Amino acid sequence: MLGLGVDRLQADINRLLASLFHQGVLDEQFLQLQQLQDDTSPNFVYDVINIYFDESEKLLRNLRLLLMDREFSDFKKIGLHLNQLVGSSSSIGARRVRNVCVAFRSASELNNRLGCLRGLEVVEHEYHYLKNMMHELFQLEQQRLLAAGVRYPM
Amino acid sequence: MVCEMETDQIEEMEVEVLSSMWPEDVGTEADKQFNVEKPAGDLDTLKEVEIKDKTTFADLKRLPELMNTTQQGSSQLTNLVKQWEYMQDNAARLLREELKNLNRQREEAEAKELKIIEEYKFESNEPENLPVLDETSDLFLKFRQKKRDALLDSKKIEIDEVFDTVAYWKQKALRLEKMLEASTERERRLIEKLNESLRTMESHQAPVEELTQSLKRAEGFLHFILQSAPIVMGHQDKDLRYLFIYNKYPSLREQDILGKTDVEIFKGSGVKESQDFKREVLEKGKASKREITFTTELFGSKTFLIYVEPVYNKAREKIGINYMGMEVTDQVVKRERMAKLREDNAVRKAMESELNKTIHITEETMRAKQMLATMSHEIRSPLSGVVGMAEILSTTRLDKEQRQLLNVMISSGDLVLQLINDILDLSKVESGVMRLEATKFRPREVVKHVLQTAAASLKKALTLEGRIADDVPIEVVGDVLRIRQILTNLISNAIKFTHEGKVGIKLQVISEPSFASHNALTADNEEQEQNGLTETSVWICCDVYDTGIGIPENALPCLFKKYMQASADHARKYGGTGLGLAICKQLVELMGGQLTVTSQVNEGSTFTFILPYKVATSDDYSDDQDEFSDMADHHSEPDDTTEGYFQFKPLLGSIYSNGGPVIGNNFLPHKVLVSSPIKLINGFVTEPSNNIGQSEMVQVENGSYMDESRHETSSDHCPESAHQYQNGNGRCLPKESESCSSSQASSEGVTLEMETELTVSSHREEEKAETDLKETSKPKILLVEDNKINIMVAKSMMKQLGHTMDIANNGVEAIKAVNHSSYDLVLMDVCMPVLDGLKATRLIRSYEESGNWNAAIEAGVDIKTMENEKIRVHSTNRLPIIAMTANTLAESSEECYANGMDSFISKPVTLQKLRECLQQYLH
Repeated sequence: MLGLGVDRLQADINRLLASLFHQGVLDEQFLQLQQLQDDTSPNFVYDVINIYFDESEKLLRNLRLLLMDREFSDFKKIGLHLNQLVGSSSSIGARRVRNVCVAFRSASELNNRLGCLRGLEVVEHEYHYLKNMMHELFQLEQQRLLAAGVRYPM
Repeated sequence: MVCEMETDQIEEMEVEVLSSMWPEDVGTEADKQFNVEKPAGDLDTLKEVEIKDKTTFADLKRLPELMNTTQQGSSQLTNLVKQWEYMQDNAARLLREELKNLNRQREEAEAKELKIIEEYKFESNEPENLPVLDETSDLFLKFRQKKRDALLDSKKIEIDEVFDTVAYWKQKALRLEKMLEASTERERRLIEKLNESLRTMESHQAPVEELTQSLKRAEGFLHFILQSAPIVMGHQDKDLRYLFIYNKYPSLREQDILGKTDVEIFKGSGVKESQDFKREVLEKGKASKREITFTTELFGSKTFLIYVEPVYNKAREKIGINYMGMEVTDQVVKRERMAKLREDNAVRKAMESELNKTIHITEETMRAKQMLATMSHEIRSPLSGVVGMAEILSTTRLDKEQRQLLNVMISSGDLVLQLINDILDLSKVESGVMRLEATKFRPREVVKHVLQTAAASLKKALTLEGRIADDVPIEVVGDVLRIRQILTNLISNAIKFTHEGKVGIKLQVISEPSFASHNALTADNEEQEQNGLTETSVWICCDVYDTGIGIPENALPCLFKKYMQASADHARKYGGTGLGLAICKQLVELMGGQLTVTSQVNEGSTFTFILPYKVATSDDYSDDQDEFSDMADHHSEPDDTTEGYFQFKPLLGSIYSNGGPVIGNNFLPHKVLVSSPIKLINGFVTEPSNNIGQSEMVQVENGSYMDESRHETSSDHCPESAHQYQNGNGRCLPKESESCSSSQASSEGVTLEMETELTVSSHREEEKAETDLKETSKPKILLVEDNKINIMVAKSMMKQLGHTMDIANNGVEAIKAVNHSSYDLVLMDVCMPVLDGLKATRLIRSYEESGNWNAAIEAGVDIKTMENEKIRVHSTNRLPIIAMTANTLAESSEECYANGMDSFISKPVTLQKLRECLQQYLH
């Protein structure tokens, strides 16, 4: 709060990012995203990720509804949803989510309902993990911005 | 002295020997030589043993003689004598002892008698008391003398009674009688003892007999031991003639052996050796052992362990040898077998360890390969991150030095990426993961593309040429991507090592090579059979030749090995990974062909690869390509497909871009009319500030041809003007290049020459061009994408690259947008709802061709029909459409091309990819 922890916060952010990269949760595409953030769009990453979460949440909800349906047979629709999810995940660099989605998609291509259910579980798990991590990252980022913004009169 | 010695001896004997405790029949130390502990007990068993004197050869006459003459013999005798002497000594000592005792007793007795006589003062006439001993001992005489003296001296007898009375005499008589009795008793005992002594003396009287007995015992013992031992013993004289032999299992009679030497007795191998050995022992005078194998008629092949010792006489002169042999054939055989087994074992163990080592190495190699592949893959992602970031960095404002550093960084990064891609390729081929694809393609076009690509980045004064024989089919089926890869690799290699002259590709059809005739042809052929043999095979030989530095002969063998270059010197000078040729070779072999090289130093090299292709019959177009092939047919000029010669002359410094790595061919030889103001022609990647002058000056004749990208598969390729588009707000040049190219390429078989010349144009034109460029600096881009995130990201990237763009959310919207306004570039997502990218592209292309949207309307897209004129305008331009695909698999990219897309970007889109794409397709 006194603006003294900027360096520490930055280090925390870096460490968190490094661990996410190391785990394969994120990939270099996320760096691209960060690179795109500049003075004209200072909250670019945050905005994109938020939209991503909104969209993905919808998609996941739809997927769950589709799969839960007893007389379900529309694997094609699932595939479309998953394409969306794969596309946006790879765009923001959410590598693990993307990968599990791809697996899920291949299950849907095989009309394997059990595989799909399992895939959904995994995707949801990865998704929530990513969400938590991102939440933490943004919180740190916010704190860092606050700290960096503190100015003391000379 | 004698007495003293005797007593000394006796004392020693009592301590050491204790003669009385020794059993009678045991000798002294002499017996111990036989190590017999209880010879008395053994005697009985010996009696039971039958000693067969007859079975042995023993020259009994000579034996004693030997005994007498040899040392061994004499020592034996000495032993016996000594033994006897000991026994005699012992007996004498016992006797002497006995004698002493007796003497002592007699003295005592006599002393007593003397006393008695003294007491009673016997008269000299008194009757003799001790008649027994008088003749035996003169001592006794002396004693008697003494006695008399004593008698004379002492005459007092103690008697209580009055002297000379009756009582006195009675008493005296009684006492004397008692004494006499005692004396007699003593005498009797003495006599007994004497007799006893005499008897014992008698028993010691026969030493010879005793010696004979012990000898017999020794002999018996020896027989007992030796009777069944497989031993031959013998004695031979100085001339090695047998004097004595003992053999348990004789096969010769005594007289056959005695007096003869070994050589005289036996014949066969080993005999001489044993004779020599014996002689050697005799000469050296040292006992020794040796194993000798005899092979004689007499007893076959047998091995004997022979012990030979020299024999000396008493004067220490050699008189012969003692010889002992034992048959050890079985043992030797066993031993040899053991040795052999051991040897085998060792060999097997060595082999086993060798094998284990090999297995280990193989496993290690496999693991290493696996790891290399994995690592390469893993390295690629972060590295592309690094390079990407560097790319982005290069878009920011940098000073000159920073930019230079950054360029070095980027090009190094690209190099590493290339290396990793090579490694991945190689490990793919090696692990058999690589899958070949059969696609239809035109060899001429492939050659042309490769040469164009090479020419585009050419920085040397080289002529590139392609020669294709007339009999090479227009279209063949094969894995065009791989073939292009091979050609590109070989060409870039050739260019690298050539400093002047030319580099070229030559194609010709050959008959089936011998190496392939017995091989079942590749998978293609199997497929072919399954397809019902609608295609025939053709072998095409491709030479890639240059006039370069050549390859020394000794470097040829390792040329195709991984990470090998002709020499370390070259590696330094020319760089490169050394993987290229290895990959080429593996790819060629994977496709069932062969890659060879011939070269002469300083003259040049020729790499030749022979590959089988299928020739497609014209009606064999696959259904899925229907639409496209129609398109191709529609556009391609027949002449172009059969042209047989291309040439690209040096075009120094004008063509290659200087900003970042370049995708695809930047060298696009377009026809530019001399009279017209020079325009920037599409496909050229030029930065206005640097290259404008040069590109202006370029006058390219013929082949108004545009290569879509290096990924494209050319069977679908339409090298005609319809592909050509030019930058600048979508307006077309007043004079279309199309007409020229088609007229140039009109006649079949005419050599088409692609010539590029540098001509200096006027300042005025330059200026004009510059203004043109400024006008055209805002190209219109359409993004067709349904994913919000992707749109956001792409938009932001475009912003950073200094562009804006329109968005369409699906194919239908895209078509509407294209219809509505003219774009310079369309980025098209492939997977979209409503109408996907592939279909949308196809519809746009069909519109370009036909000038109407009929196809689109048929497909259900609601389009407001435009005026005809506008349509015409559009139809002359080919709109670059770039696919954006989520998976980079080959099929997918093929599909993109098949549907009329010009290139593709794999998702996720990065700044670098986007920029490269814009560089290629804008301006």
